Amino acid sequence: MIRLDGVAKTYRTRRGDPVEALAETSLTVGENEFVTLVGPSGCGKSTLLKLVAGLVPPTRGTIRVRDQIVSEPFPDVGFVFQQPVLLPWRSVLDNVLFSVEMLGLDSRQYRKPAGDLLELTGLAGFETKYPHELSGGMQQRVAICRALLPDPGLLLMDEPFGALDAMTREEMSLELLRIWEERRKTILFVTHSIPEAILLADRVVVMSARPGCIARVITVDLPRPRTMDLEFDARFKAHSDEVRSLIFSGRKVRA
Amino acid sequence: MRRLLGEALVPVATLVGALVLWEAATRALRIPRFIMPAPSAILGEGWEWRYRFIQHTWVTLYETLGGFALSMAVGVPLAVLIVYSPVLRGAIYPLIVLAQSVPKIAIAPVLLLVLGYGELPKMVVAFLVAFFPVVIDTATGLAATPPELLDLSRSYRASAFKTFLKVRLPMALPFIFAGAKVAITLSVIGAVVGEFVGSDKGLGYVILSSTSYWKTELAFSAMILLSLMAIVLFAAVSLIERLTCPWLVPEREA
Repeated sequence: MIRLDGVAKTYRTRRGDPVEALAETSLTVGENEFVTLVGPSGCGKSTLLKLVAGLVPPTRGTIRVRDQIVSEPFPDVGFVFQQPVLLPWRSVLDNVLFSVEMLGLDSRQYRKPAGDLLELTGLAGFETKYPHELSGGMQQRVAICRALLPDPGLLLMDEPFGALDAMTREEMSLELLRIWEERRKTILFVTHSIPEAILLADRVVVMSARPGCIARVITVDLPRPRTMDLEFDARFKAHSDEVRSLIFSGRKVRA
Repeated sequence: MRRLLGEALVPVATLVGALVLWEAATRALRIPRFIMPAPSAILGEGWEWRYRFIQHTWVTLYETLGGFALSMAVGVPLAVLIVYSPVLRGAIYPLIVLAQSVPKIAIAPVLLLVLGYGELPKMVVAFLVAFFPVVIDTATGLAATPPELLDLSRSYRASAFKTFLKVRLPMALPFIFAGAKVAITLSVIGAVVGEFVGSDKGLGYVILSSTSYWKTELAFSAMILLSLMAIVLFAAVSLIERLTCPWLVPEREA
C-alpha cells in the first residue's frame, strides 16, 4: 500500500539554516495494516505523515501509495490530528459531512453513511449538537467520523488521543480497534505512548531523533481482538521493554 | 431576570445619584448656565429642539453609517489581500500604517477642500478613522485559522477559494466583528470631526455653533444624542454578531 524509498526531508528555518527533520528512511506498509510510529519529539513522525499525504514534498527519495508516486495531496486519505479542529459553527453531522464537501462530493448522499458512522462511534443522537457542547473525547470521535466518511483506504492519525485524559484515551484506543475491525483500512498512527503503540499495532515503527530516522520495526505478535488486559501479558511487556530501550538508548537516564 | 435587575441596580442608582448631585450643585452654587448647565436645563433645551434634532441626528447618522460601510467594504478585502499575498502585504501594510499615523483632524480640512461641503467628505473622514481596526482584526482573524484545518482542506484538494469561504472566513468572523465594533464607534467620532471642520448640519455642527453662542445646554443635548447614537449602533453590531455567530455565545444558564 505505502512504500517509502530513501525518503528524506530537510526544512529551512527562517534564517535559511537547514534542519534535517527526517534522514533517509525506507518503509513498506501493507494493505489494511495498522502501523504505529513511536518516538521522542522531533523524530520526524509528523513529517512522515505529511510526506505520505503529499502535503509536503520530500527532499530526496520517492513515496508510493498503491504504486502511484505521491507528488501532491490525493483524495484517498483521511487525516486525524491531535486537536479535533472541528468547525464551531457547524453541527456534529455537518462537521462529519465537511470532508465530502471539501472533496467536492454531493453531501446529501452522505447523510445516511454519516449517521451510520456516528452510530458506530457512539454518537447517535448528537447529530444536531455543536462542538462546544461535546467533551474532548466526543469531539475527537467526530473528527474520526469526518475522516472516515469518504471511506479512504488510508487513515493518517497524528497523536489523535494525545490531548485526552488517560481514561478516555484507553477507551478511545479500544474503540478505534473496534472500528478498524469493522472497516478495515491501512492506518499510520503517530503516538508518544509506548503501550498505546503496542496495543494498536500490527507493527511498531520505533523512531529516534535528530535527525529523525527509523531505529527498528517491531512486529507485534499479540492476538486480536485486543483488550487492556494484554498489558499484563509477558509478550506485551517484552515489546514495551524493547521499544523503551531503543528510545532511551544513547540517553543518560537519571534516577 | 431577577439577577439582571440586581446587576442593573447599582449603575442606574449611581447615575441617578450623580445627576441629582449635579442638579443640586448648579442651583446651590449658582453656576452660570453657559459654564455648567443643570441636567434639567439640558433636557429642557433638548426637548425644545426635538424637531430640529431629528434632522441633525439623521445627517450625522447617515455620515456615520456611510463611513462605517466604507471602512468594512475597503478594510475586509484589504485584509484578505494582505493575508493571501506576501507581495501585496509588503506593498500595502506600510501604507496602511502610514495612513493610520496621520492625524485625521489634520486631513479633514484638505478633504473638505477637495470633496466639497456635503456629507461625502464626512463619510471619508469617518472611514479614515474607522478602517484601521477593521483591517488589523480581519487580517489577524484570517491568519488565526488552525494550520491543521488548512492541511485538512489541502489533503482534500479543495481550492483556495473554497477553503476561504468554508473555513477561513467563518473562522475570522469573531475577529471581524471585534473590528466592526471598534469601527462603528470610531465612525461616530469621524463624522463629528468632519462636521467640526465645516458643515451647516449634523450634531457636530450643533455643538460647534451652539458653543459660539454660549448655549452650552444645547451643546450638551447634542452630546447626549451623539453618545446615545454610538451606544445604539454598537448594540446593533453586537446583535448582528450574535445572530451570525450563535456558536460564540454558549448558553450560560446551565
